[in-house]
This record gives sequence, structure tokens and C-alpha cells, in this order.
Amino acid sequence: MEKSLNWREFIITRAIKASGYSAIVFVALIFFFLIREGAPTLGEVDLSTLLNVRWYPIEDMFGILPLITGSLVVTIGAMLIAFPLGIGTAVYIAEIAPRWMREILKPLVELLGGLPSVVLGFLGILLVSPFLRVFLDLPTGLTAFTGSLLLGGIAVPTIVSVAEDALDAVPRAYREGAWALGATRWQTIWRVTLPAAKSGVLTAVMLGIGRAIGETMTVMMVTGNAPVLAIKLGSLFSPVRTMTATIAAEMGEVANGSVHYHTLFFIGMVLFLISLGVNIAASSVVFRAKKRAERILS
Amino acid sequence: MNKIIIESLSLQYSDGTESLRDVSLDIRQNAVTVLFGPAGGGKSTLLRCLNRLNDLTEVKSSAGRILIDGENILDPQIDVIALRRKVGMVFARPVPLPMSIRENIIYGLELAGEKRRAKLDEAVERSLKLAALWDEVKDRLDAPAIALSGGQQQRVCLARVLALQPEIILLDEPTSGLDPISTGKVEAALQELKKDYTIVLVPHSVQQAGRTADYAAFFLQGELVEYGEGKSIFTAPKEKKTEDYITGRFG
Repeated sequence: MEKSLNWREFIITRAIKASGYSAIVFVALIFFFLIREGAPTLGEVDLSTLLNVRWYPIEDMFGILPLITGSLVVTIGAMLIAFPLGIGTAVYIAEIAPRWMREILKPLVELLGGLPSVVLGFLGILLVSPFLRVFLDLPTGLTAFTGSLLLGGIAVPTIVSVAEDALDAVPRAYREGAWALGATRWQTIWRVTLPAAKSGVLTAVMLGIGRAIGETMTVMMVTGNAPVLAIKLGSLFSPVRTMTATIAAEMGEVANGSVHYHTLFFIGMVLFLISLGVNIAASSVVFRAKKRAERILS
Repeated sequence: MNKIIIESLSLQYSDGTESLRDVSLDIRQNAVTVLFGPAGGGKSTLLRCLNRLNDLTEVKSSAGRILIDGENILDPQIDVIALRRKVGMVFARPVPLPMSIRENIIYGLELAGEKRRAKLDEAVERSLKLAALWDEVKDRLDAPAIALSGGQQQRVCLARVLALQPEIILLDEPTSGLDPISTGKVEAALQELKKDYTIVLVPHSVQQAGRTADYAAFFLQGELVEYGEGKSIFTAPKEKKTEDYITGRFG
């Protein structure tokens, strides 16, 4: 009896361990594969070509700068929209809304997070971009700004969900302490609750950025996909092309093993590194906050 | 002189738990009034009515009046923020806000719009001295308040309230998490403070009630059973229930 129990214990522990390690193994394998397929680019394409402003693969022009700037412009735009909206919504749900409202809003926001991005892109093409074209008097409605708007919409649920959890975890006693000192609701939120939930809120924002920069379908549908260097202020209102959209659009048509193929993988590597950077930044912020708390409590 | 007059106050929470039934009570100025009794008796609820902190919890119904200096503070029209500056509160668990010691203490003043550095520094020193904490922390006012011991944290909370120079101080089991020495310091501070303030205390034990009370009110299941001078209640209670509780037959 005891022996069979030990066996089960052994097997279950190992199985859990294995599934834990498999996550690491998969990430490592993906990275290895990306490097294997992407690294040859560095030998095949001159760095001066690679860091150029022309992306025109048919004529062997592999400048990835317009793609990187395209991704950055769309993502930064998206964050400028999603950050205030997301934090505002989270604060409203966690701090201000009456309970019945909270019980409607929270699932609704999470439902929004589960909306397939292709559906949002569809709405973007049919509604947002014609509206922007007319409203802002642009030659085309398929611009970086359109992408930012929709990406912002995609990032908001992520930010709201994580930030609201963080705010909700702030002990009620903090709020009562501040109220009892004569703080108004807004003073309590701004000076006590938000600072106390700082690390969670920062994580929320970082996750939102990660979500936005990796998003493909929507941006491919609404940003116009013109690989133009986007560094002027006006480029927010002209078409751009992001790294993700480039890979998705062109991967199906390249010859396996060609220079173009390798370069697409190289773009994938860059994207992977950016995501990795954002994630590391996020977790180091959380880690630092936690270490500080531990130091204080010990 | 009566600082607070409570007239037939009743209150019921939405989930039907702790409540008050027709409580009338006069609280004297410059004295320590103790509200004691078993858990769930409505003591904390009453305290939280006195600074309208109950506004933010789910209250089903309430009736009655509370007069402070003759003004009905349950009137929806009154300035709740001003009320809370006049009626300070210290909680059972010490909750320093996530800031330094100094910031904790000047937080309320800053909210009230005080910006002059000299005024704030003076308030920090004065209120920390009143809370019997100055000597222990004067060299590290910029350290995070959470780094202090539990007893020190609770005195920071007391100092934070004192910095606002309220007229009334409410304390909800302020020493429940503290060791006997810290408890002694807080109790001693209260005896000093009552010269200038009106103090309403929910003690965490009958012994503390006996030690600190000038006046005492015994609450049982939302009702005020007995109210009178501390000395007479703890030596010769009139009601059988009070006597049973004090002598440890229940509770």
C-alpha cells in the first residue's frame, strides 16, 4: 500500500516537473530555430543594406529599418491610447464602481480581450479607416494611427485585467487609513492605492506593450503595409508596415532557404528580442519591488 | 461637558451582520470613553459612524442622530472631509501608508493644503512626541514606516492622527497586535492626550477597559446594556449581563 502510494507520488512529481521544464525547452528550441534560420542573413546581406530604409525584397533590398520604425510607431501610439484608458478603467472598476457595475464590467472587459483580432481588423477596415479618412481628410484611412487605435483596443483588456487585480489586492486598511485622515477619494487613489499597487500596474503596462508589439492580424489589415521609414511626426497619419505584418504577408511566398526567407527569420529574431526585452524589464521591476518588500519585512 | 451626543442610533449592514439597535449615548469631553463587550456587539460600527467611515461600506439602513458640538454629522449635507479631520481614527492593525515616517505624518496636513516646510516639521516633532515615539525615530524620519516594529507603527498611526490636531480621537482596538510594553506606552500616551482631546476607545480586553476608562459603555449584540463611570461599572455593575462579562463568565 505504502509502496504504491510512493510510486504514484514519484510519477506525479516527475510529470509536473517535466511539464514545467518543457516550457523552457520549447522557448529554447524556438529561439534556436529562429537563429538557425535567421542568422545566415548576416552573411548574405550587407549590414549597410540591412540597416537601410528600403524594403524591396524582389530587388534584393532588405532594409529593415522601416519595418522596425513601423512597429515602434504603431506600438507607441497604441500605448499612448491604451495606457490612460486601461489604467483609468482599472481604477474605475476597482475603486469607484458600485459592486453591481463591477460585476458587469470586469467580465465584459475580459470578453473584449478574447475578441479575435481579425474581427477587430475587419471593423477597422469597414468603420474606423473610412471614418478617419473623411474626418482627418487623409488620402487613405489605412495609417499607423488606425493601427494604433485598434491595437490600443486590443491592449486595453490586458492592462485592465492585470491592473485591476493589483489594485484589488491593496489592503482595504490602506484606503480606510487615508479616508480617516480626510483624504478625498481621488487623493486616496492617486497617493495611496496606485503607489501601493505600483508593481502590478507596471506589469500590466508591460504586458500590454508585449501584446501590442506582437499583434499581427489587425495591423496587417489596417496599416496600409507600405514599408516607409516612419520617423517624421506626420508618419503617424500615413501608411506603415510592421515587422509582424511583413512576416505574415511574405512568409507564404518565399523560396525556402533563399536570402529573403532568411531575412524574414531575422526579423522574427529582432521581434523576439524586443519581446524578451520588454518581458525582462517587466519582471525586473516586479522582482525589485518584491525584494524591497522582503527586505523591509525581514 | 458632552462632546458627542448619540440619539437612538440604529444601523444595519447589507449582509445583515453586525448592527446597532437604538443606541443613545453621551460622550464627555476631555475623557476616555471605552466601548467594550464581546465581538459583534456593534462597537466598531459605532466608532465608524462617528467619522462617517461607514459611508464607504454597504449599509442597508440607518436611523437616529449623532451630534458633535451640536451639529448632526449624519446629515448628508455636511462636509465629510472636514469631519474626518476633526475626528481622527486609529485602527486595530497598524497601517502605515506606503511612505516614509515623515510623509506618513504630514500626509493628512498636505491633503489639507499645508505646504510650509517649517509648519510640517514642527507638526512631525510635536505629534511624534505626543505619541511617545519621537526619541525612537527622530534619527530616521525618512525610513519607510513599514520598517518599524508593530508597536512603533501603531504609534506612527496615532501621531499621523494627532498631526491634524483633531478634537476627537477614535481608537479601534489600537493595541490588539502589540506586546505589553508597547501597549503600556500607547495607554500612557492616551492618559496624557485626554487633557486636550476627547477619546473614544474600543479596548481589546476587559483588563484594558478597566485600566483606561473614565466612562465605559457595555455593548451586547448591537444594544447598549449599561453606561456609566468606569470605576462604578468595573467594580459594581448594575446589570447582570455586564457583571457576567466582566467576571469572565462569557465573552
